[in-house]
Amino acid sequence: MAGAAVAATGSSGVPGEKVDWRLAAPLGLTYLAFFAAPFAILLGVSFYADSEQTRLGLDSWTKFYGDAFYLKVILDTLKLGVFAVVATTLLAYPLALVFRAASARAQRVLIFIILMPLLTSVVIRTFAWIVILAREGVINQTLIGLGITATPLNLLQTELGLVIALTQIEMPLMLLPLLTIMNQMDQNLIDASRALGASKWRTFFRVVLPLTLPGWIAGATLVFASATTAFISQSVIGGARLVYLPALIYQQVTVVYNWPFAAVASLTLLFTVLAGIMALGWLGRFAKTS
Amino acid sequence: MQRSTLGDVTYNWVIGCLAGLAILILVGPVLIVIATSFTTSQTLRFPPPELSLRWYGELFDPVRSAQIHIAALNSVWVAGLATLIGAVLSVLAALAITRVTRPSARFIEASFLSPLILPTLSYGLAALMFFSVLGIRPSLNLLIAGHLVVIAPFIFRTTLASLTQLDPVLLEASANLGASRIYGFRRITLPLIAPGIAAGCFLAFISSMDNVPVSLFLSNARTSMLPIRMWGMMESTLDVRIAAIAGVLILATLLLMIVMDRLTGLTKRMSG
Repeated sequence: MAGAAVAATGSSGVPGEKVDWRLAAPLGLTYLAFFAAPFAILLGVSFYADSEQTRLGLDSWTKFYGDAFYLKVILDTLKLGVFAVVATTLLAYPLALVFRAASARAQRVLIFIILMPLLTSVVIRTFAWIVILAREGVINQTLIGLGITATPLNLLQTELGLVIALTQIEMPLMLLPLLTIMNQMDQNLIDASRALGASKWRTFFRVVLPLTLPGWIAGATLVFASATTAFISQSVIGGARLVYLPALIYQQVTVVYNWPFAAVASLTLLFTVLAGIMALGWLGRFAKTS
Repeated sequence: MQRSTLGDVTYNWVIGCLAGLAILILVGPVLIVIATSFTTSQTLRFPPPELSLRWYGELFDPVRSAQIHIAALNSVWVAGLATLIGAVLSVLAALAITRVTRPSARFIEASFLSPLILPTLSYGLAALMFFSVLGIRPSLNLLIAGHLVVIAPFIFRTTLASLTQLDPVLLEASANLGASRIYGFRRITLPLIAPGIAAGCFLAFISSMDNVPVSLFLSNARTSMLPIRMWGMMESTLDVRIAAIAGVLILATLLLMIVMDRLTGLTKRMSG
């Protein structure tokens, strides 16, 4: 018995000193075959010069990056991501502060409210905003009813309407990390700041904000990545007039059948999101050192 | 105890108003869709002129809504299998790298989590090109493979979090008492990390049911998926049945969420 025990611990060693490759292999190989390999193919296809994929060359890349229209699409996509981050931040921080101060009972209700949109499908959340923003929708009916405007406003197919909708659609992604970090924050630090005579504003900007910044960065990363790639919300609420990278990619694949060009646009979307994530990470390190 | 200055009063007002607006914007749309689904009208007017179950009847009609039913079944099948396979692979992978502090383990962890932040739309297109280069025709199996990659990280993350909280002394004790590693896993590790796995599976299943970017490129007319079908319905005519689908999905998610909350304390897990 004792011998068996020694053998058992001997064969497993001290638990968790080394990666057990045999256990990680199934998921690792699945990722290699179905995740890494497709991206390699995507990169390869982008180096075809023509849509029939017969000639190799950098033509797809130079065509994309040499055209002011496509550069504007990249810029608009980045802008949309930034707007979504700003809007979700403005609403999520106050809600997280209220959540922190609330009683345990109220917190349970609030968590439910916060999770509810996250658990209704993105397509349905988009659909809800059509009902709200349409010409005979909730907002227009309220505005006309109150006599603020006589003719219905055009809210669908505007950047403003899209940002409002994305704010709701993406807000849970910002809220969850913020709530987690707010709950871990030490109340003594806030009490100390207040006792030393700092106003609530000063306490927020000098104590709460720096302490919760890692949570904000996690949330902002998710919101940015999600808002820039939200194809259905962008195309249904933004309409055909507002073109973002995801719609451009879809169009190139299914309408124009130019796969190399779609691959370039797709890799551009990937770089755009990665650039945003790296900028946020850099911001976090910068804030920590200053 | 504290003097309330003008600044503090405005602070309370600004924070209160913005938090109220946040709650309104989070909940309002969901309530509006549910109310709209009970309308009698042909249009999506809000508030509905009269309430009825007309559009639910329409939605459950086996002939007129046959396409929706097929898409819904496809989505459930793909989400179920992708979650099941994802759970097995992710739990194994999480066991392999838990408590390893060396850089290689952190690198593996980051790569296994990467589909969560990389734009899945780029991945969807990459998968389409990959399968077409290999000459594989679109099928539900391809969708399962595609979904598996983007939903496995959810299970991997929650399982890893549960494993980190597991006290290694328990496993040492079991090994010292002569239990094999398999036995220790089955009787000690698995019961303790089961809530974490279940919470991850729940998120993974929901996210697969909701997936657009991968299905957009990998599904076709024969293998239609529910979100893509709903998008089609939104683009062509604003069919009120979408509101009824929303009602059914919200109810189903709510029930699933309550069950999960009872079993695992999901809401606690998600808010940290």
